[in-house]
Amino acid sequence: MEGRRPAISVLEWLRVNLFSSVGDTALTLGGALIVWFLLVPALDWAFVRAVWTGDDRTACIVKDAGACWPYIGARMGQIVYGFYDVAQRWRVDLIYALGALGLLWLTLPFMPYKRVAGVLMLSAYPVLAYVLLTGGMFGIDPVPTQRWGGLLLTLIVSATGIIVSMPVGILLALGRQSDMPVFRWTCTAFIELVRGVPLITFLFMASNMLPLFLPEGAAVDKLLRALIAVALFSSAYMAEVVRGGLQAIPRGQYEASKALGLSYWPMMGLIILPQALRIVIPGIVNSFIALFKDTSLVSIIGFFDLLGIIQSGNSDPNWAAPNTAFTGFVFAGAVYWAFCFSMSRYSQAMERRLGAGTKRGQ
Amino acid sequence: MTRHWNSLAFAGFAVLSLTSPAIGAGGPTLQQVKAKGFVQCGVSDGLQGFSNPDDAGNWSGIDVDVCRALAAAIFGDTNAVRFTPMTAKERFTGLQHGEVDLLSRNTTITMQRDVALNLEFTGVTYYDGQGFIVKKESGVTSANDLGGATVCTQTGTTTELNVADFFRVRGLEYKIVAFDKEAQAVEAYEQGRCDTYTTDQSGLFAIRLKLANPDAHLILPEIISKEPLGPAVRQGDDNWEDIVRWTLYAMVNAEELGVSSSNIDEMLKSENPEIRRLLGVEGSFGESLGLSNDWAVNIIRRVGNYGEIFDRNVGAGSPLKIERGYNKLWKEGGLQYAPPIR
Repeated sequence: MEGRRPAISVLEWLRVNLFSSVGDTALTLGGALIVWFLLVPALDWAFVRAVWTGDDRTACIVKDAGACWPYIGARMGQIVYGFYDVAQRWRVDLIYALGALGLLWLTLPFMPYKRVAGVLMLSAYPVLAYVLLTGGMFGIDPVPTQRWGGLLLTLIVSATGIIVSMPVGILLALGRQSDMPVFRWTCTAFIELVRGVPLITFLFMASNMLPLFLPEGAAVDKLLRALIAVALFSSAYMAEVVRGGLQAIPRGQYEASKALGLSYWPMMGLIILPQALRIVIPGIVNSFIALFKDTSLVSIIGFFDLLGIIQSGNSDPNWAAPNTAFTGFVFAGAVYWAFCFSMSRYSQAMERRLGAGTKRGQ
Repeated sequence: MTRHWNSLAFAGFAVLSLTSPAIGAGGPTLQQVKAKGFVQCGVSDGLQGFSNPDDAGNWSGIDVDVCRALAAAIFGDTNAVRFTPMTAKERFTGLQHGEVDLLSRNTTITMQRDVALNLEFTGVTYYDGQGFIVKKESGVTSANDLGGATVCTQTGTTTELNVADFFRVRGLEYKIVAFDKEAQAVEAYEQGRCDTYTTDQSGLFAIRLKLANPDAHLILPEIISKEPLGPAVRQGDDNWEDIVRWTLYAMVNAEELGVSSSNIDEMLKSENPEIRRLLGVEGSFGESLGLSNDWAVNIIRRVGNYGEIFDRNVGAGSPLKIERGYNKLWKEGGLQYAPPIR
């Protein structure tokens, strides 16, 4: 950022920024009109005409009612925890809290011991989450995965996809550029096969077809099947993103590392990948955001993610009113937006920090 | 509401150890169910009045109550059941592959499903069919008055064909306006682009609740197609099929005999032989299924008779307010009929 500009009056600011020419004036007025015709009714619906209190549909069927917020209030527990047993929700809270702490530790630039935190978040945390959420060990009650849902499920599916796809994607990208033909062909075949099929098909395969191939009784948990499908799917996409970064590294970097006497893995780990990954941060975050939203597809195989649980709530006759379904969707949209926007802001901050040395793309 | 699975499992175990293993231990499905301590029931992933989660996260609805009745019959505990919400596409594979013990998921009984999919349907919980909704101000009170009407419907469904047949048979004029999505079709109907909207009648009642002024609309009494909805089990375990079938029959018989959850204790003292056989005071019909003889008492006390579950979930006691119509008992002019327990 440049130095602070000298203070100017409001009128002058308006003239310079909004009304400097006929074209600009037209754009400003046009923009203002759009805001007026879209934003004002939206705010009117969401706040002014909205219903804020009530216990069932009767509160929301009043004439000209806007959003039906008591419906969201009554469903908040399900939106956050799914059908997780109420008495056991502290386990989810604990996982949420630890996850939030870990993420803060990793994302705030001034925190020390980042490496320790990273290792803990990628090793101990998933294991702890698995043990606590499934239960059945150490004297805590088991909670079947069918009862998981809402935001919990959305976060589990997307976190699994993100955490698995990063290393697997990198390995696949390296494999695709490998000199060893069998390895290269295998990786290429996997990537192209998975990328050529929609995620829905993958999920259907995992939920409906896979059990038919397995022997009777050897049922793998349905959520686990879905998680594997999502992880494989996102890995294939990640591989292509990383490959883009690898190909952007000039030949000279490879040759220089070899000249220093580095063998393959140190060369990749110390020289090539750090540069390649930095280049593709926008692509990686793009994949993560797409994955986060794609998780809503698990609802077609009978899971209730954030969107699914809100949709199933729409089928409760006690809340059937003209506006409840729309209110639910608006709320789901707001939650998705909040998560995706924070991911995007974080990635921008990280690009700035990592790109401090190179002025590329500023 | 909290569910204590451990205590449920214990209750299940207690029931298991009480029932005599010598006579009628039951088929393999019943034995598995007793061993795990709960019934795994496939329900819809959200259909008003049939199976939908309430605010507390408990499943409720008429399909859900069939599962709870089954749990009551086997374990004497309506909470000894776990629900697997299933989409329409995965329901049959889920049942065939043993993910669920039964499917109670607003599934229309058809010959193809019964014969080709290796399923056994065990009765009809709800006689549905395609119906019409009209605005009260139109003055139409019967589908036969719909001559010259503009009919809104969804494209690519059998509803369109049923409408064509219905009007052609009666020699009535009509115009069809088809939409991709139900929401669009309903909006067009509400805005007056068509005189009536048609889909399955139970769906019409659910749609009516979401209209701006539900009382201004009337659902016509006629249905023009047959959509009998009922639970299904896997082929090959006759004992399990019998249990599911007779659970439903017990509820229908109870309504016919006037036995309900509120008067069950007095009815246990009844001299009426039919009631005595239903409630296990005479005979050993429960044991012949591999259950205890008070199986029907448990169903009626904890879930209710057919009339009660209809009323509570979709009928007058629910926001849907669906009339009994074809789901009345046969004695009252409906189709609900259960063979006697004898």
